[in-house]
Amino acid sequence: MSARIQDDQRDTDLADAPLDAALRRVWDTPRGVWGALATVDHKVIGRRYIATAFVFLAFGGVLALLMRWQLARPESRVLTPDLYNQIFTVHGTSMMFLFAVPVMEAMAVYLVPLMVGTRNIAFPRLNAFSYWMYLVGGILLWGAFLVDMGPDIGWFAYVPLAGPQYGAGKRVDIWAQMITFTEISALAVAVEIVVTVLKQRAPGMSLDRIPLFVWAMLVTSFIIIMAMPAVMVASTALILDRLVGTHFFNPAEGGDVLLWQHLFWFFGHPEVYIIFLPAVGMISSILPTFVRRPIFGYLPLVLAMVSVGILSFGLWVHHMFTTGLPRLGESFFTASSMAIALPSGIQIFCWLATIWYGRPVYRTPFLFILAFFFTFIMGGMTGVMVASVPLDTQLHDSYFVVAHFHYVLVGGAVFPLLGGVYYWFPKFTGRMMSERVGKWVAGLLFAAFNFTFFPMHVLGLLGMPRRVYTYQLDMGWGGLNLFVSLSAVVLAAGFLLFFYDAVRSARHGEPAGDNPWGAATLEWATASPPPSYNFARLPVVRSANPLWEDDGVLPVAGGLRVDRRELLVTTVGGALPEARESSPRPTIWPLWSALATTALLLGSILTPWAVVWGAVPVTIALIGWFWPGGRKEEES
Amino acid sequence: MKQDVVVDLSDLPMNGSGTASLTWWGTVAFMLIEGTGFALMISVYLYLGSLAPAWPIEAPPPEWGPGTGVTLLLLASLVPNVLLSRWAAARDLRKVRAGLLIMAVFGTAPLVLRVWEFMALDVSWDSNAYGSAVWMLLGLHTTHILTDLLETYVLAALMFTRHADNPRRFGDVQDGAMYWNFVVLTWLPIYACLYGIPRL
Repeated sequence: MSARIQDDQRDTDLADAPLDAALRRVWDTPRGVWGALATVDHKVIGRRYIATAFVFLAFGGVLALLMRWQLARPESRVLTPDLYNQIFTVHGTSMMFLFAVPVMEAMAVYLVPLMVGTRNIAFPRLNAFSYWMYLVGGILLWGAFLVDMGPDIGWFAYVPLAGPQYGAGKRVDIWAQMITFTEISALAVAVEIVVTVLKQRAPGMSLDRIPLFVWAMLVTSFIIIMAMPAVMVASTALILDRLVGTHFFNPAEGGDVLLWQHLFWFFGHPEVYIIFLPAVGMISSILPTFVRRPIFGYLPLVLAMVSVGILSFGLWVHHMFTTGLPRLGESFFTASSMAIALPSGIQIFCWLATIWYGRPVYRTPFLFILAFFFTFIMGGMTGVMVASVPLDTQLHDSYFVVAHFHYVLVGGAVFPLLGGVYYWFPKFTGRMMSERVGKWVAGLLFAAFNFTFFPMHVLGLLGMPRRVYTYQLDMGWGGLNLFVSLSAVVLAAGFLLFFYDAVRSARHGEPAGDNPWGAATLEWATASPPPSYNFARLPVVRSANPLWEDDGVLPVAGGLRVDRRELLVTTVGGALPEARESSPRPTIWPLWSALATTALLLGSILTPWAVVWGAVPVTIALIGWFWPGGRKEEES
Repeated sequence: MKQDVVVDLSDLPMNGSGTASLTWWGTVAFMLIEGTGFALMISVYLYLGSLAPAWPIEAPPPEWGPGTGVTLLLLASLVPNVLLSRWAAARDLRKVRAGLLIMAVFGTAPLVLRVWEFMALDVSWDSNAYGSAVWMLLGLHTTHILTDLLETYVLAALMFTRHADNPRRFGDVQDGAMYWNFVVLTWLPIYACLYGIPRL
């Protein structure tokens, strides 16, 4: 059946079956331990990334439950104050750095190459490296927490509490190095996505035909590239202050504590949009499928995402309204904080119009989008409230803020993400998740979320501060707190049901087929789960909704080699073919590089000299990585 | 799905060069990351300077000598660097080998002189916030010289092996040369900041 594959064999003359066999020979990841450690397949790494991020979500959720147990009654002594400090810090840090950002990038690692119609992500080995770095960063934080060395300074680690004077021991250093690990991995993925989207799109996928999730990830990746260096500069300065006695944040020697807040929030506010924009993209990509019509307002949606990306850099000071900055500066940041509501509003109205003109099909992913609408708009409105300086001064550091950002983050990002998981799960696994269980999950999470977090607005207005370990009986906060804690248990049950459904469906779900939802974008043009090479022949794109407009026949491109890993490089604007480029084979060097970098970074918590001797194995591993192996992929 | 072959890619080149190369774009993206890092460090320097009653804090301005020497060396290195990039574009292996060896020297020299530049700062990183800022700014840039220099060494060694005569390698050399331009050009605002601001 399978013809002998010669040098420079092209796909043009091969029938489907021999083509599949030939492509598998070069693209399949080898089985066994070596294959698992050496794989550079974006789908394998993407799945791992997503699964790992959800494990950290579950861990962070357990910590949330412990906090709610402690706060359920006044003057409770379930946890010690020190453990409570570690718990809220590790909860926030996990959710932001180990769940929210990585899970969004992970979805992109899996989906973007499929949605733009290519065979692997750009820089696949960097992708493998980024996963290992992320995994180590997560193990570092949680390992430290389990041996009572968890950071206890809040997820934004304000100095002087985090500085050498008050943050004794190694807890803060663990936090700061965890930042280094996760930022390296996030930046690496951002670069991969930018290059994949700009240069590896299917022929014909001009800028106005890019799926909106891909647009969202492109904008997000640029935000990551511009914002994450700020937190790396900040955490490096913090480590230096603690380790070698610099004075960046020490006012006694000319340093400044607010410098930390400026640097942190210059990253930290765009961070919100790093989490939110991918969710927006998911909605724009999922919605048309369930209302059976193309998205309303493609161009305004793209422009809105780009302007959100730009405006997100002009908001950071609204986290610092109570630090006594000049009034004029505060007014500017109030204005910009309110201005970002405009592009957000444009998106909401475009989605509403899409639904209005469509014929909604109420399947689980669509239910999560509806849950998003209500929850996110609530969070957006309290956001406009706290953008005002006088109100923020009153509400700062209270439970009102806790309620606000959970509405924005859970409503704005987690609900669309879960909708996205239900939507793309058949592509990931080849099986459907349960529609019946899914409706319960959506309903339970939506109701329990609102019961858990809405009363926190009231608690904040009643004066309950965030991060408080316990409260006296006569504060009168007991009843609402008990209600919140009980609702949190229901919320956890909803997540448990979701995990149950995912694990069960992965094995026993109904087989999905290539395109179970009848969707329009390219990831549905291949098998579920896709073969290692993604597309036997690369699709050619003629419209923004390719699978809806080509009558069941997929226009494709021929002429690529099948005796080496080959994909297509196209131009940035019009996606015109430029070159046949090779893509690397599996290699163990990214893992060695990650382990060597780990030794350097962990060593540097103990002694600055680790940076010097640690650089040697890192250099060796990187040389091993880049040294050409003489395979066909090297030919040019 | 049924497929219909509508485009033939057979005659495309087997790897992309210039802006058709993925590594070119990757290099640009990393320059954007690191450029942001430099801009932020300069902002930290200016921010701390704007708060201090006197700047530099309890130290003389850095001595001109070694830093200006480094600047001149870096600027001079642009000439062989641009030539190297051209030779790589022309795929002239003999000249590329020579160019890489020259660039190895031109990368090493400013790194050696940098040692004196650190001493000429006349302040320690743990003296005060001014010292911390100048050491970190200079340190950050030195790491860039160091990493690019290591890359130049490895590339130079690679170009004397059987892997050398390959358009892909020449692309690597061009990307390396572009990155060195970046390292040199980002130095200029840092130089102006470190040596000019304290004298204002």
